[in-house]
Amino acid sequence: MNILLLFSFILLASTVVFFLPLRLKHTWSFVIAIAAALCAGIPAVEVLTGEKDFIISGFSPPGMIAPTLFIDDLSAFFILLVSLTWLTGLIYARGYLRSYFETKSAMQISLHFFSYLWLGFAMIMVAVAQDFLSFLIVWELMTLSSFVLVIFDAENRSVLKAGINYLIQMHIGLLFLIAAMLIAQTVSAADEFRELGAYFSGHSNFILFLLFFTGFGIKAGFVPFHSWLPKAHPAAPSHVSGVMSGVMIKMGIYGILRVLLSVENDLMYIGLFILGISLLSGILGVLQAIVQNDIKKLLAYSSIENIGIIGIGIGLGVIGLASENPVLTLLGFSGALLHTLNHSLFKSMLFFAAGSVYKSTHTRNINELGGLIKKMPYTGMFFIIASIAICGLPPLNGFISEYFIYSGIFSSLGNAGFYESVILILSIIGLALIGGLALFAFTKASGIIFLGEARSDKAGHATEAPTSMLWPLAVVSALILAIGLVPMVFAMPVFEMIAQWFNIADSQLTSSMYIMNLQNISIVCGVFIALTTVLLVWRKLHLKNKPTEKGPTWGCGYTAPNATLQYTSTSYAEYISGIAQPVLHINKKTPVIEETDLFPVSATFETTPHDVIQEKWIDKPTGIVAEWLKKMARMQTGRIEHYILYAFAFMILIFILTYFNLL
Amino acid sequence: MMTIIFILIAALFFPGIILRSKSIFAGRKGPGLFQPIKDIALLFQKGNVISTTTSAVFKIAPAIGLASVLSALLVLPFGPFPSMLSFNGDIVFFAYMLALGKFFLILAALDTGSAFEGMGANREALYSLLTEPAFFILIGTLAMLTGYTSFNEILVGLYNPDNSYILIYSILSVIILAQIMQVENSRLPVDDPKTHLELTMIHEVMILDYSGFDKALIHITTWLKFALYSTLIFDVLIPIQWNIEIQLALFALVIFFMAVYIGFIESFKARHKLGRNPAFLFTISSMALLAFVVVLILTEKMILS
Repeated sequence: MNILLLFSFILLASTVVFFLPLRLKHTWSFVIAIAAALCAGIPAVEVLTGEKDFIISGFSPPGMIAPTLFIDDLSAFFILLVSLTWLTGLIYARGYLRSYFETKSAMQISLHFFSYLWLGFAMIMVAVAQDFLSFLIVWELMTLSSFVLVIFDAENRSVLKAGINYLIQMHIGLLFLIAAMLIAQTVSAADEFRELGAYFSGHSNFILFLLFFTGFGIKAGFVPFHSWLPKAHPAAPSHVSGVMSGVMIKMGIYGILRVLLSVENDLMYIGLFILGISLLSGILGVLQAIVQNDIKKLLAYSSIENIGIIGIGIGLGVIGLASENPVLTLLGFSGALLHTLNHSLFKSMLFFAAGSVYKSTHTRNINELGGLIKKMPYTGMFFIIASIAICGLPPLNGFISEYFIYSGIFSSLGNAGFYESVILILSIIGLALIGGLALFAFTKASGIIFLGEARSDKAGHATEAPTSMLWPLAVVSALILAIGLVPMVFAMPVFEMIAQWFNIADSQLTSSMYIMNLQNISIVCGVFIALTTVLLVWRKLHLKNKPTEKGPTWGCGYTAPNATLQYTSTSYAEYISGIAQPVLHINKKTPVIEETDLFPVSATFETTPHDVIQEKWIDKPTGIVAEWLKKMARMQTGRIEHYILYAFAFMILIFILTYFNLL
Repeated sequence: MMTIIFILIAALFFPGIILRSKSIFAGRKGPGLFQPIKDIALLFQKGNVISTTTSAVFKIAPAIGLASVLSALLVLPFGPFPSMLSFNGDIVFFAYMLALGKFFLILAALDTGSAFEGMGANREALYSLLTEPAFFILIGTLAMLTGYTSFNEILVGLYNPDNSYILIYSILSVIILAQIMQVENSRLPVDDPKTHLELTMIHEVMILDYSGFDKALIHITTWLKFALYSTLIFDVLIPIQWNIEIQLALFALVIFFMAVYIGFIESFKARHKLGRNPAFLFTISSMALLAFVVVLILTEKMILS
C-alpha cells in the first residue's frame, strides 16, 4: 500500500478525536499515534539498516509543485527519536490530563489531543520534507500545534502571555528561514536542501549559514535566542514540555545539520561560531538552571545547556572538517547526535517526573518541596536516575555522548597547531565546567525536591503518581540504561551515518577502535554495577546480626530541629550566585532592621534571578524598536480618509520611482 | 591486577602515616601507624544508627562511592604495570566515575535533612566543580604532549627520550595534582577534618549521620582516593622505563612523602576562610592553564621570538 496514502489516512483519522466520548479520546489518539509512528518508523529503520534512502513519490497535487519527500539517514534518526518521546509523552498524558477532564470542556480536551497528534505528525514531516516550500509549511504546522498545546491553561493570563511570546519568537525564526531560503532560491535556483550546494559552492557560506542558524537556533534555544524556553516550558502541561524540550527543540538541531551537510567553504568560521555560541549556551544555561526555584524553569534552562553540549559537538565536528581531522569530525558529530538522542530521553523523563510532582503537590517551587521520595518512591527513583544521566555520569547514557566529545578533543590535541590547541583547551574547560555545574544543579534539584523532610504541607500530603504515569518513565529509563551499558549497538549506526555524510575515508579504522573502547566502557560499567551489588549484599548480611537503631537526624546539639531548618533551593545556590553574580544579576531584598526593633519580628527575604543576556540583548533592543514603533503609531489615526491618502502617496512614490528607473 | 594490589597496600598505610607525622610534628606521642585500621575494624563490629528522615539513597550511597573508586582504579596504571583495562579516553571515564561517587554522597547528605549536612553537601559540590577544570586541563595537556588519550599510552609516551624538557612539566603537574588531591579528599587548606565545629566542616559534616559499616566504607573510600591520587603523582613523576625494583622503592617513597606532606601542611597551616576557597580553587585551574602554556612553548607550538 502506498505509504503516502496510509499517512494521509492517519492524518484524516486524527480528526475523529473530536467526535469521541471523553473516555475514548486518549485511547483513540494513542492508536493513531502508534499507527503514525509505525508508518514512519518502519521505513526509517529500513533506511538506517540498509543502504538506500526511502523515496516517497506519487504525490503531485494538480497546479502545485510536487514536493520532494524522502527519508535519508539523518531524517530516519530524527523520526525514530521523535516517535519515541512522542509516544511516551502520550502514555504519560493519560494520567496527567485526567484531573483536567472535570475542569476543561470536551472541546478543549479534544483540541489538546488533536494538536498533540499534529505536533508529532509535523515533527515527522519536518524530517521527511526536503524541499523548501513543504518544509516551511510543516515547520509552521509544528509551531502552531505546539502553540495550541502551550496555551492549554489559557485561563491563566501568564500562560497565554508565555504562549504568545513563544508564537512571536518562532515567527521571527521563520522569517530568518524564509529569508535564507529565498536567497538560495533566487541566487542559485535551489528549491531543496540537497540543492543548497549549488549556492554554497559559488558564494560565501558564512552569511547564509548564519541566517539558517538564527532561524533554526531560535527553535533549538541557543543563547541568545533562548528566552522563550524558560517561559513556555513552565506554562505548558508537563507531557507537552517533555515533548517540546525533549524532541521539538531538536528539530532546530536537525535543520542545522541538514544545512551543514551542504556547506562547502568558510568551515573554520562556521565551526568557531557554532562552538563559541554553544559554549556560551552551555555555561549560561546551566548557571541559570542552578539559581532557578521553579522546577520546570530549571529544566528549561538545563535544556539550553544540553543544546549547548550538542552544539559543542557539532562545532568541533565542523572544525574537524575545516582542519581535515577526520577523527574530530567523526567523534564530534557522533557525540552531538548521540547527545541529541540521550537528551531527548532523560529530559522528557525529568519533565514527566516534574509533572507528577506538580500534579501531586500543586507547586513547582522547589523551596516548598522536600522528602517526596518517601511519598512518591518510583517518581523519585526515576528523577534521580535521569539526574545521573543528565550529569553525564557513567554507567548511564549521558556519559557516552560526553565521552565522544571529550575523546574527539583529546585525540586531536596531539597534532593540533597553536590556535587549534587553544580552541580545544577552551572547549575542555567549558565542558568540564558545564559538567561540574550540571552536577551542582541536579544534586540540588533531586536532593531538595525528593530528599530530606517536607518543607511545606503541600509536599507533606503528596501521593505517588498513577501507574500510567510511571510506565513511560520506566520504559525510558530502561533505554537510558541500555545506551549506557551497551553503547556499541547505538554508536555503530551513528558512526556509519557520519562517515557516509562527510566521506571520511578511513572511518572504519577509527570507528572500530571506538567500538572497542565502548566495549571496554561497558565492561567497567558492568564491574561497577557488580561491585555495588556485592557491597550492598555484604552490607545486608553484615547488618543482619548487628543491632540497627533508628533515630532522628543528629541535630548537632540543637534539640528542636524542624523542616524549615533544612537547606533550601535558594541557599544551595547561594555560593554559585555569589561567584556568578556578574552574569546572573541576582536581586536581593533583605529586610531593614530598625534601631527601634528590640525584639525579633517576622521578616521576609527575597531573591530574583535575572537573565542578563535576555535583558541586554533581547529586551533592550526590542524596547528601543517598540519606542520607535509607538511614534510611528501616530500614523494610525483610524480615519479612513487618511489611509486612502497613504495609499495614494505610496502609489505616487511607486510611479516616480519607476519613471526614473529606480525600481 | 598488580596496580590494584599496590594501591590497596598504599591505602592501608596512608592515613596512618599522616597521623604519625602530625603527632611527630606536634611533639605528641600520638597513636600508632595502624590506628586508622583498628578504627575501621571497630566500626565493622558496630551496629548502625540510621536517621528516620533518610531513604534508600542514604543506604546505598557509601557502597556506590566505594564501588566507583574501585572501578576507577581499573583504568589507572601504576608505573611498570599497565592498568587492567585501557582504552582511548579512559581518563574521562576515571574522572566521571569519581564524580558519580561524589554525586551520591552529596545526595546522601541532603537525604538526612540536616542543615549542617546540606551545607557540607553544597560546599563539596561547589569545590568539586571548581577543581574539575584543573584536572581536565591537566590531562588535556598530557594528551597534547604525548599524542595519546589513554593512561597507559600517555605514561609510555611521557618519558619518550625526545622529551628532554619533560621535567618542568612533570613538576608543575605534580604540584597541581597534589593540590587537587588535598581538595578532593577534603584536607587542609580548604577543609579541616579535625575541626570541632560542624559549621566549618565540609566532608566530615556530610557524613555526620553515618555510623558502623557505612562509615567504615566511607573512610576506606577516602583512603583509596588518597592512594589513587598519589599513584597518579607517582606516574607522572617517575619514568616508566626505569628498573622495576627502583620504581617500587620510589613508589613507597612517593606514598610516604605525600602522606608526610599532608601531615606537614596540616600541622603548620591554618585552614582558609571558607569565602576564600573559590579563589584558591581558581588558582589551581590557572596553574593548570600555565602548565598548558608551558607545554605549548616546549612543543614549539607557540613560538616566542
